[in-house]
Amino acid sequence: MVEWTEQERSIITNIFGNLDYEDVGSKALSRCLIVYPWTQRYFASFGNLYNAEAIKTNPNIAAHGTKVLHGLDRAVKNMDNIKATYAELSVLHSEKLHVDPDNFKLLADCLTIVIAAKLGSAFSPEIQATFQKFLAVVVSALGRQYH
Amino acid sequence: MNAPPEAVSPAGWVSGSSQHPSGLSSFRMFASYPGTKTYFSHLDIGPGSAHLSSHGKKIVLAIAEGAKDISQLTVTLAPLQTLHAYQLRIDPTNFKLLSYCLLVTLACYMGEGFTPEAHAAIDKFLSAFSAVLAEKYR
Repeated sequence: MVEWTEQERSIITNIFGNLDYEDVGSKALSRCLIVYPWTQRYFASFGNLYNAEAIKTNPNIAAHGTKVLHGLDRAVKNMDNIKATYAELSVLHSEKLHVDPDNFKLLADCLTIVIAAKLGSAFSPEIQATFQKFLAVVVSALGRQYH
Repeated sequence: MNAPPEAVSPAGWVSGSSQHPSGLSSFRMFASYPGTKTYFSHLDIGPGSAHLSSHGKKIVLAIAEGAKDISQLTVTLAPLQTLHAYQLRIDPTNFKLLSYCLLVTLACYMGEGFTPEAHAAIDKFLSAFSAVLAEKYR
């Protein structure tokens, strides 16, 4: 059972409360596909991914990035029960989408970088640690139902 | 391997990391990955520590040195390879953690300027750097 302090809860709700989901979601996913090109394997049907420019302007990627970020909302609203909240999504990623769970961490890392670029020096070491703790719980929950 | 993009020159990196208040990548690493603190029981690593600042600078300078000629990494890092393998014996998985915190520091410092392309290039360089650093371990 993950323990959250009041401060950690407010850090997470603040970050997500001030987020432009469309902007950050699309940036995080496209960054992941550019920095870790092997992740493109899951997006063969999404159209032109031939180079960084194409990926950054691909509307399917942008829409999907937004979707993923809204999916994180569920964890923000259920911080005390992230494992159960994501049980179904975990099954989906395993049984239907066949995503290697190592990829969750790659996307989480890119999301952190996008948020860091947005917040600049306001993204202090403490806030970074809390955000990474949150994403680690999410990543773990998403990988939980794999067998 | 191509050199890191112009926008992220080693010089910019060093000044960014060492002057920016939240630019101490090591401090970020200690906050997010507490296990890394175990290697520093002999130093003061609290906020604002002069030890941490000078140590962090050493690391960033070594990385900048490596960036000058990436094809010569094994030559440039030879002394550091020996140091890490036989004296410091830091588990190489920690190199990834520090590399990541360096990227976060760069992102905070450069904002939108830390493009996905720059991120990819530097991540690739830091991976190569870390691999070379660990070459003498066994």
